[in-house]
Amino acid sequence: MRIVLFIVIVVLGGTAGDIAVSHAMKRIGNIHPLTPAAIFRVLARAFRMGWIWIGIGLMAIGFFSLLALLSWADVSVVVPVTALSYVTGAFGAKFLLHEHVAPVRWAGVLLVCLGVALISVS
Amino acid sequence: MTSKPVHKKTYALLGSMVFFSSLGNVLLGKGMKQIGEIVDFSPAALAAVFVKTFTNGSIWLGISSLLVFFVSYLLVLSWADFSYVQPASAIGYALVAVLGYFMLGEFISPTRWTGVLLICAGVALVGSTEPASPSGRGRREASGGEGHNFASPETLTLPSPRGRG
Repeated sequence: MRIVLFIVIVVLGGTAGDIAVSHAMKRIGNIHPLTPAAIFRVLARAFRMGWIWIGIGLMAIGFFSLLALLSWADVSVVVPVTALSYVTGAFGAKFLLHEHVAPVRWAGVLLVCLGVALISVS
Repeated sequence: MTSKPVHKKTYALLGSMVFFSSLGNVLLGKGMKQIGEIVDFSPAALAAVFVKTFTNGSIWLGISSLLVFFVSYLLVLSWADFSYVQPASAIGYALVAVLGYFMLGEFISPTRWTGVLLICAGVALVGSTEPASPSGRGRREASGGEGHNFASPETLTLPSPRGRG
């Protein structure tokens, strides 16, 4: 039971962190042209945004929960299951970031999720 | 259409993400192996481990690599969809397995090969879609308010940084 709870925290925490960071970067918008000065300006602006820090905080919660989980649960069980974050990520992108996730992209996400799970089982 | 340059810079940054996250993890692993297994968890011993960790060259190179990874990740998300970037970057798993096989002569089980193939197929499918979907591209356009349903902590509206043609 504790394992399930922590897996949920790892997957949802990590995904929520990615979504928050992605939301912040979408607000900043396309960097064009990609010069060092532009990169520096964008980073300076990004790190003044609340969503970036919320995202980093959530990612940290996910990461440390994973470390805690790995200290008592089987790696061969935990790591494949965390591949679910590809699916939760696509749902987050669709419903929170309002991205258009085409059927082809969904198919790709499912294959990647399965593949990552298989790679980490063995 | 700006699809060509968008593809080029997206691939460049995805490549940078994959390269620097793998390099960073390898360097961190190397550094922590040099430090050795932590067996004594007393405050004094942990303090000693802490000092050893943060005076280790590999650890700092590893942290720097992961920072480059994170910056590449942030930059690519400023124009590309998260639902494109996340699955596409999974190609790193497949690359690490294939490189391990050809360069280090590691054994790869049939299950693992199946995983590598599925990832490659999945990334190919995701890669066949446009990195920035139409709704995603409307991200900072004045008319495209639909992407901002979050109650944002930022109240100021940032000036649009680009003049996309």
